[in-house]
Amino acid sequence: MNGAAGRERRFRRRGAPWRAACLAVLAVLAAAALGQSALAQAPAPEEPASLTFVSWGGPYARAQRSAFIDAFTEETGITVRMDDYSGGLAQVRAQIEAGDIHWDAIDLERADVLLGCEEGLLEHLDVDALPPAPDGTPASEDYYPNTLSDCGGAGIVYATIFAYHGDAFPTDGPTSIKDFFDVRRFPGRRGMRRSPMVNLEFALMADGVPADEVYAVLDTPVGKARAFRKLDSIKPHVLWWEATGQPVQMLADHEVVMTTAYNGRIFTAGVVEGHAFVPVWRGQVLDSGLIGIIAGTPRLQAATAFLQFASRPERMAAMTGHFPYSPSRRSAAALVHDSAADGLPHLLQHLPTDPERLDYALWSDSQWWSDHIDEMTERFSAWLLR
Amino acid sequence: MAAALNTPRSRAFALTLPVIAFLAFSFIAPVGTMLWHSIYEPEVADALPETLAALETWDGRSLPSEAVYRTAAREFEKLRSERALGGIATRVNRVYVGARSTIVRTARRLQGATPSSWREAMAEADADWRDIAIWGAIQRAGERYTLRHYLHAVDLDYDPAGNVVPLEPERAIHLPLLANTLLASAGITLLCLALGYPLAYAIANGRRPWSTVAMLLVLVPFWMSLIVRSTSWIVMLQRQGLVNDALVAAGAIADDQRFTMIHNMVGTVVAMTHVLLPFLVLPLYAVMRTIPPLHRQAAASLGAGPWQTFAHVYWPQTLPGIGAGALLVFMLAIGYYIAPALVGGRTGQFISNVIAYHMQYSLNWGLAAALNFVLLACVVAIFAVFHRLVGVERIRFG
Repeated sequence: MNGAAGRERRFRRRGAPWRAACLAVLAVLAAAALGQSALAQAPAPEEPASLTFVSWGGPYARAQRSAFIDAFTEETGITVRMDDYSGGLAQVRAQIEAGDIHWDAIDLERADVLLGCEEGLLEHLDVDALPPAPDGTPASEDYYPNTLSDCGGAGIVYATIFAYHGDAFPTDGPTSIKDFFDVRRFPGRRGMRRSPMVNLEFALMADGVPADEVYAVLDTPVGKARAFRKLDSIKPHVLWWEATGQPVQMLADHEVVMTTAYNGRIFTAGVVEGHAFVPVWRGQVLDSGLIGIIAGTPRLQAATAFLQFASRPERMAAMTGHFPYSPSRRSAAALVHDSAADGLPHLLQHLPTDPERLDYALWSDSQWWSDHIDEMTERFSAWLLR
Repeated sequence: MAAALNTPRSRAFALTLPVIAFLAFSFIAPVGTMLWHSIYEPEVADALPETLAALETWDGRSLPSEAVYRTAAREFEKLRSERALGGIATRVNRVYVGARSTIVRTARRLQGATPSSWREAMAEADADWRDIAIWGAIQRAGERYTLRHYLHAVDLDYDPAGNVVPLEPERAIHLPLLANTLLASAGITLLCLALGYPLAYAIANGRRPWSTVAMLLVLVPFWMSLIVRSTSWIVMLQRQGLVNDALVAAGAIADDQRFTMIHNMVGTVVAMTHVLLPFLVLPLYAVMRTIPPLHRQAAASLGAGPWQTFAHVYWPQTLPGIGAGALLVFMLAIGYYIAPALVGGRTGQFISNVIAYHMQYSLNWGLAAALNFVLLACVVAIFAVFHRLVGVERIRFG
């Protein structure tokens, strides 16, 4: 009774409601600010024996778990929590700007590694501290050119290729990217990724530009126009895909007769799930993925140990054993070829780094794309709408 | 004064404080931050203060003086050693395509050099330095407060002399997409209305078990993920999908004449109409339930036919619900990007897809924020017209 009356009096003393409102908002703001600074000033907690690794989910993430995550926990006692994301650096940037970093290591496309490195979103690494090849070759020489970065380690090489449905062309199917653009000889709809990346390269190669001249041509206004003109020739026949799982689905549903896709997806759909898909490697465009560490993570030590572990050639070879993307280190690729005898003979024919295929492969030029991605994306979107 | 405020009203007001705090944090703060991002870009100004100061006396027509080259080279080198050059170069690249690699390459080549002429040395490292355009771009990117993103958001650009000019036509994408978004959203709203009005009527006036079933049919898709719903439309509408299969089986069309109903604007409109239908049906249903059946009986007893009863008695009373539902659907539609991304194909893209691209992939949050505000301005304008024509105070949610 007494208490209630007291509460009421106190309540009355507060005065105008707007003042109460301002006070409340101020209080919340102050609490938030205090909470932030308290977090910032708190002494660095003892490194907990766990970290969070963010990857792409699905069979790819499962392969990573069997290839190096479980073994890492066994060796170091550090447990690894896995989280999924769908690419891009927006969440990384948001966590860093909010000062609340709960991701530690992340599997990224190479273009994002370069951008994140420049924007200060990823930790810089000592490339020479990565484990050397079994024969002592330092990591920086062991990686394929264009696959390493100051902000990433481990890593895979994947190819964007195209595949056609065996039902559509039972005999004399397409054999190179030229045929992909030849709607007269190979009629039917095609699937392509809704992005200028890779497609402009495909268009120029189909137009007769040799792989090693593609970016020199693309760097000129005439070359850009030429790539779009070539795309014009198949525009009415193209279905555009966005998510990485879409192309094989479209091919399986007979929505398209051929589609560009990542080689790992075509392998899974063809070899594991038994679809009659035929991959075509002539005109393949290679790119790489890397694992980076979020800048400012409080678990830097554990994350670095994790990255070192995942960059060991035998771990990278094990990754390929579970999922047919090539390791981005030559020594790891050699290990894959050696182990091919024990139960994985079919794997080799599905790897983009097969020596013969490397001869005609085009390595995606991430430097060129860093300069031109915004311009080309705008131009490509405008072209699509026309 | 104090006594006047000790009313139950002030106590009731105190109860709304959590809501006000919530709005401040979840709405006003993020929107304010985004607006700030769209006009304030201090990174280049902070990183190259001396170069920008030296450029202030530059005439903008001939190449800058040797002092400018020397200062720029020194600041590039400092940024390079701090590993901050790439981010700055990326920002200049947004004004002048190719500037990113020019700056990074020049800094790498001139590392530790002490040439007699910096102008010659830089021009040798990259021919772009013989051109005034890159200096204009550095100046432009060095503006702390800028309207650049807003110009870009409406397909305009600065030319090297600083005049506002249209963007190259092959890059102009934002206005066409904005028109696409507004038109498609209007179409989706009309479709929702055409489907939702009879549905809401049936639920509000139907017999017990059936009206409940109809209500459930509206609500169940509400509880499913947007991606599942969009993907199931692919299964239904694709060339080899259920609808085309049924038409072919029935002999209505030949096997090679199958309709293209997905991966284009039709797909976007169909999938989004499905997703947004409940937002129209629910407020409309709530309003229809409050209309007494007596009104219609009275009209009928005075000799009005069913059509007259509907047009003069029932329809006018449902207008507030139509206004509320249509406004809700339209506002939600213009912000959608997952459904257009999944089923929109080439032509069914919305402006939000571009905003998502700049938020997630290019990290050009300034442009994303500016696009957002152009969209917001369109919404406010439409809302104002709606208010003039219908009157917001007439909207009812039941």
